[in-house]
Amino acid sequence: MSTTRTNRRSFLKVSAATGGGMLLGLSWLSSCQNEQVAKAAPSLVMPEEWVTVSAFLKVGDNGVVTIMSPNPEIGQNVKTSMPMLVAEELDVDWKNVVVEQAGLDTEQYSRQLAGGSQSIRVAWEPLRKAGATARYLLVAAAAQQLDVDAGELRTENGYVYHDGSDRKLGYGELASLAATLSPPEEVTLKAAGDFKIIGHGKKNVDAKPIVTGQPLFGLDLQRDDMLYAAIVHPPAFGMKLKSVDDSAARSMPGIRDVVRINAAPEGVELQWSDVNAFPELVAVVGDNTWRVLQARKALQIEWETDSAAESTDAQRQKLQELLDNGTAEEARRDGDPEAAFARAAQVVEATYSAPFLPHNTMEPMNFFAHVTADKAELVGPIQTPEFLRTTVSRLLDLPEEQISIMMTRMGGGFGRRLYGNFGVEAALISEAAGGLPIKLVYSREDDMTQGTYRPEYLVRYRAALDEDGRLIGFHVRGTGTNESPVFANRFPAGTVDNYLAENLSSETNVSTGAWRAPRSNFIAGAEQAFLDEVAEAAGKDPIAFRLELFDRAIEDPVGEENDYDAERYAGVLKLVRDKSGWNTNDDKRGVAAYYCHNSYVAQVLELEMKNDEPHVTEVHCAVDCGIVVNPEGALNQIEGGITDGIGHALYGQLTLTDGVPDQQNYDTYRLIRHNEAPHAIHTHFVESETAPTGLGEPSLPPVIGALANAVYRQTGQRVYRQPFVQPRELRG
Amino acid sequence: MATYRLTVNGQPRTLEAEPEMPLLWALRDELGLVGTKYGCGIGACGACTVHLDGVAMRSCSLPLGKLNGEAITTIEGLSAEGDHPVQLAWLEHDVPQCGYCQAGQIMSAASLLNLTPDPSEADISSGMSGNICRCGTYSRIHAAVKTAAQKLS
Ligand code: FES
Ligand code: FES
Repeated sequence: MSTTRTNRRSFLKVSAATGGGMLLGLSWLSSCQNEQVAKAAPSLVMPEEWVTVSAFLKVGDNGVVTIMSPNPEIGQNVKTSMPMLVAEELDVDWKNVVVEQAGLDTEQYSRQLAGGSQSIRVAWEPLRKAGATARYLLVAAAAQQLDVDAGELRTENGYVYHDGSDRKLGYGELASLAATLSPPEEVTLKAAGDFKIIGHGKKNVDAKPIVTGQPLFGLDLQRDDMLYAAIVHPPAFGMKLKSVDDSAARSMPGIRDVVRINAAPEGVELQWSDVNAFPELVAVVGDNTWRVLQARKALQIEWETDSAAESTDAQRQKLQELLDNGTAEEARRDGDPEAAFARAAQVVEATYSAPFLPHNTMEPMNFFAHVTADKAELVGPIQTPEFLRTTVSRLLDLPEEQISIMMTRMGGGFGRRLYGNFGVEAALISEAAGGLPIKLVYSREDDMTQGTYRPEYLVRYRAALDEDGRLIGFHVRGTGTNESPVFANRFPAGTVDNYLAENLSSETNVSTGAWRAPRSNFIAGAEQAFLDEVAEAAGKDPIAFRLELFDRAIEDPVGEENDYDAERYAGVLKLVRDKSGWNTNDDKRGVAAYYCHNSYVAQVLELEMKNDEPHVTEVHCAVDCGIVVNPEGALNQIEGGITDGIGHALYGQLTLTDGVPDQQNYDTYRLIRHNEAPHAIHTHFVESETAPTGLGEPSLPPVIGALANAVYRQTGQRVYRQPFVQPRELRG
Repeated sequence: MATYRLTVNGQPRTLEAEPEMPLLWALRDELGLVGTKYGCGIGACGACTVHLDGVAMRSCSLPLGKLNGEAITTIEGLSAEGDHPVQLAWLEHDVPQCGYCQAGQIMSAASLLNLTPDPSEADISSGMSGNICRCGTYSRIHAAVKTAAQKLS
């Protein structure tokens, strides 16, 4: 659990006219903050002076408040929802709030990371405490100024009121004094019933700059004298750079330099975030992105074989062989599964698989770096800035204090930007080019062929039923490239007396990593499709069958370590059943429920077959994520996860031939499009006073199961292999 | 290298560049108009959509040498105050997630409504299918286009 840092910077007062609100003067983004704020919220009058009250907060003399957003924004909307937590306890009018992205500052902030849908859950207490602490200071300042006891004061919408004497003071009048006072040891937080901002939908704070095309993203960064860089990496996994002749490229218009870099030299310790199949690269530096992309075609490069050139067919055979005959690691065993299967009246068995998936963030990887002898400045889209700084520090042999990192708004993350190899590469290119300020830009092809892909997975389920259709045994055995997808302690563990979970994993030289809802993004769909089949074999309605299992886990759970709360799990299933008008006897829709990232989601999905392909028309979705901090943004996350999950399950797949990715751009890689996406998504939140949990990922995993089950109910065909729609010619 | 005189968002702009350079990179790297995005470079994602005489075009696939003095409009110039009905509808429906694809989506929607002021559901679906959104905001885009169409009529 992270704690609030109340140690404040010393009193700071700066004038807007001379750069107020620009305490992070080191960055391009904040250096045009006032201009950006003006564009984001044109109706706000900017103050003449800002006072920094804490690391989270600046108060303008006219009462306008700047709230710092410390976490990276990848589209999960934390730049709106996290400042809402501060604003709630500060007790300001949201209309008078402007939000500013903070750079990496590990002295002032903790966990500046976007991953695992954890931002809101982890920040729930600390950010509210940060707001409450500032409010306490403003009230204390008012008490001094009005010469009354702080207990006689109350706050509302940016003012401190003394009702006894009918006086009030605005936060802007109090900030200077407040900033000199000592923060309290303890603060009290509002009860959920008193929330005025939390639970009330707020629109994306960057919406206006987004729809007017203002520079927000890493790719948009421009600096005087900035150059552009493009990399060339080996054409296949298993190859590495041998030699390069750059003479032709160097003489092309606008080209300034061609350099070689190595992001994994001997003797430098790397971290989990340094996943990179191609550490040795050639980079072209020049004055225009297109020119460097052209010039790299003129490089004469020799590659050499480093390890096996793998192909998808062989990899899949290897996984199948492992699943059939490999010696597994036993992850969980309850009761006597072998005996249960031996005495079963009926055994249901099915095997599911899924391919590599590239992340395909719409903004390709990029980063700005300016490395000089004694400092490095990095700006760009990164989910893990702290880890990036550490690796850059080790590779440049530069102390961390001399490295600054500013996070830009990201054109999608989905896990890809947890692995900051592009940031590392940018720093190395800038250094190798003699300290030029450069922006590294990946082409789409670079981005898709140099990924940290979602692994290939393969899982086999077996279920034992007795004469009465009761589940008496359950066996899951899973494998994948670099990792098994199985979560041993998730549902249906805990609901069945005899249970066995086994893991096997197969190595590959293809780089893999976290992809939106890691492992869950496959295993949820497989498990929920399998349970549908089991319910059918047991002669039961799929929802009623699951609820029976949850009843067991509520009344008399098997084992100690079950990851989920069965009542909340059953709760979302019942809610979606009721809201969707589920017809037990003859429903043509598919249903699924899943728990991951601390949130519960259940869905009922309807589709029609169009030209032999499923087309999802309507989805009902029930969600229990505790308190919903920002219903507006939450709905958007749920809808996005559903659409994304459907798209990838239907079409997503990256295959390899002799180590070369077969899909390199959107002419051969199919992402879901407008005419293929559901336009009716109905989301229903469970009302709750439980602390909030994440929403960036949880709606994606179950929808794949709901989709598979709907396909079966429409067509009579069970689908076991993703993508459900096998590739065809793509249109341009 | 050649000299190009373009009209971008109503302003005359001059630049020196190769005739093969796509308009996308001329706008972004030479003229500093970075609202138009790069997504694929092959005309398959729509992130780079601009208007040529009011009609949506993929600027990544449009070499400078092929231009014929058309009026070029980018997201920065779609409206003076960011209040084009499509932009307003996007704000109303709080469409963006990451936001990266949205400039292209908006430019496609504005062009669609120029050509088809009263679009059917199918018109919207087919008219907007050239623009990819990895965040999956399609249901909101669909609703926002309908709202914008109403505002325009
Ligand atoms: S960048 Fe032009 S269509 Fe994708
Ligand atoms: S909003 Fe992120 S790609 Fe569309």
